[in-house]
Amino acid sequence: MSDTSQGTGGLSYDKTKRQWPNELNVLAALILIIVIFEILGAIFMGQSLLFDSRDRFDSIFNEARLRIIIIQVAIIGIIAIGVTQVIITAGIDLSSGSVVGATAMIAMSFAQVAMVNGGPNPKAIFGPSFLDLPVVIPVLVGLMVGMIAGFINGALVAYARIPPFIATLGMMLFARGVAQWWSLGNPVSFPTEAYAVIGSGMNPVIIFLGLAVLFHLVMNYTVYGKHTYAIGSNEAAARMSGINVPRHLLLVYVIAGMLAGLAAVILTSKNLTAQSGMGLSYELEAIAMAVIGGVSLFGGRGSIIGTVIGALIIGVITSGFTFLRLGAFYQEMVLGAIIVGAVALDQWQQKRAAARA
Amino acid sequence: MSDTILETKGLTKHYGGVHALEDADFILKRGEHVAIMGDNGAGKSTFVRQITGVEQRTRGTIIFDGQEVNFAGPLDAREAGIETVFQTLALADHLNVPDNLFLGREKTKLNWLGPFRILDYKGMREDTLAGLERTGVKIPNIKNSIANMSGGQRQCVAIARTATFASKLTIMDEPTAALGVQETAQVENIVRTLKEQGESLILVSHNMRQVFDLVDRIIVFRRGRMVANLDKNETDGQDVVAYITGAKTGAEFEGAA
Repeated sequence: MSDTSQGTGGLSYDKTKRQWPNELNVLAALILIIVIFEILGAIFMGQSLLFDSRDRFDSIFNEARLRIIIIQVAIIGIIAIGVTQVIITAGIDLSSGSVVGATAMIAMSFAQVAMVNGGPNPKAIFGPSFLDLPVVIPVLVGLMVGMIAGFINGALVAYARIPPFIATLGMMLFARGVAQWWSLGNPVSFPTEAYAVIGSGMNPVIIFLGLAVLFHLVMNYTVYGKHTYAIGSNEAAARMSGINVPRHLLLVYVIAGMLAGLAAVILTSKNLTAQSGMGLSYELEAIAMAVIGGVSLFGGRGSIIGTVIGALIIGVITSGFTFLRLGAFYQEMVLGAIIVGAVALDQWQQKRAAARA
Repeated sequence: MSDTILETKGLTKHYGGVHALEDADFILKRGEHVAIMGDNGAGKSTFVRQITGVEQRTRGTIIFDGQEVNFAGPLDAREAGIETVFQTLALADHLNVPDNLFLGREKTKLNWLGPFRILDYKGMREDTLAGLERTGVKIPNIKNSIANMSGGQRQCVAIARTATFASKLTIMDEPTAALGVQETAQVENIVRTLKEQGESLILVSHNMRQVFDLVDRIIVFRRGRMVANLDKNETDGQDVVAYITGAKTGAEFEGAA
């Protein structure tokens, strides 16, 4: 007769073992970094990084700088939302930066105006019937190019069983080649007015935050999210539970590709031009945002919220170094150290959790 | 309704030239608890994998619940009512108890959303609690991720799937191989609870004491063949060992090995 009044095997359970959400650690890191910059700012510059240091009462924060911080991470942040999902499945996507390059060239070619300053568009890629197209066409083309790249990545990883690192490394080189081949290295410029609106002002930030909220909900409240975590946590268990793992992985890579395509559309719209070198090393910055945000490269752990905070950390550091008038090389050194530190911390926490279990 | 829940006829599995399982004829009655014993590589796990659809058999028939079945995968077997507790725990460490119980067959809302259909967390939580209660498994906080649980608790979660999904047959592949004494006792208690509830069970085990404690009948496999079908009350440990090692072979299985 089983005794239901006993716990499992009489095991005691310690309520203090409850997990502290990892996002709070990342948030604490963000606040710590801000505090450091505030102190350094007060000592060396005699002003504050984020707060309005002048004697005005209309605002607490230095809104201009806050805006700069979030605008400069918004576009790569959109890529990072997709990369986060890929990394949660214990994969990696090295191709997103190059996919941005290729998509930028191709999408922009469908967004060009016919007339520039009274004359024909000197940078036109296609004939007149492809100029002055409605804005949805270049946007759809951009999403489609990203989707195809993601589909190839996903098919290689899920069905051909090529390690994600290799499959997406191949796509990284291939897509960069496509970007250079498309117009033989020439920039593609002069978009329609409607296209230029997409990336203007705070639009990239609104799109970034909107997508972050959407995918936060998707990852936490839908079957897609649950299976993404399950595959990264224990792929064999996911398979034995009846999840169609290859099909799901394909979908994850397709979504990541489409987000990279969307980022390219916003980037070209913001810059009003597309160049084959666009998106260079974006994949690494996106991975950095995810990793700093607590997404584990071993899969199964991490969240969109974490990645958004990770993106803000990178934004604050970049702005902070400019604010302190320190060269970009210091910035990169510090970012490199922070990424390694974030993974080391994650490793240490994992080990500690394993030792407690 | 027939009183046989599972029957296999001539069940055979070859891995290339390796004959892992040869002509297994097996019958399990409703509510019966049967143990499968044998040395490493005797074909126990192979036998289980054919029944649960994890692998596709080379030949032979499987009749489950009165119908001949051909499971394309473990999910098919599960949908038909066969729950398996695997030797390697099929649990996702970073998910909590209900998530693991319902993995691959989540309760959902707004199903037209396809892969983005919404999880019914409340329904799954309630079913989980009911299932845990039925099996007598006590887990203080089902919202805790599996990673924070002991081996015994994890195994109990795996077993609790059975009760949650009102299955017709439970298969356990060495459920206590990795557990301590206390945890093993708890798992065995759950098995007894299942017996009282009339749940049919196939238990793959190396543990002689456990087998004699828990089951009605003992099947012995040796080198891919079934060599004995023993009533627990008409045999003893020494006898079973003789079959396992090959010193004896059951009369009806003469010539098999």
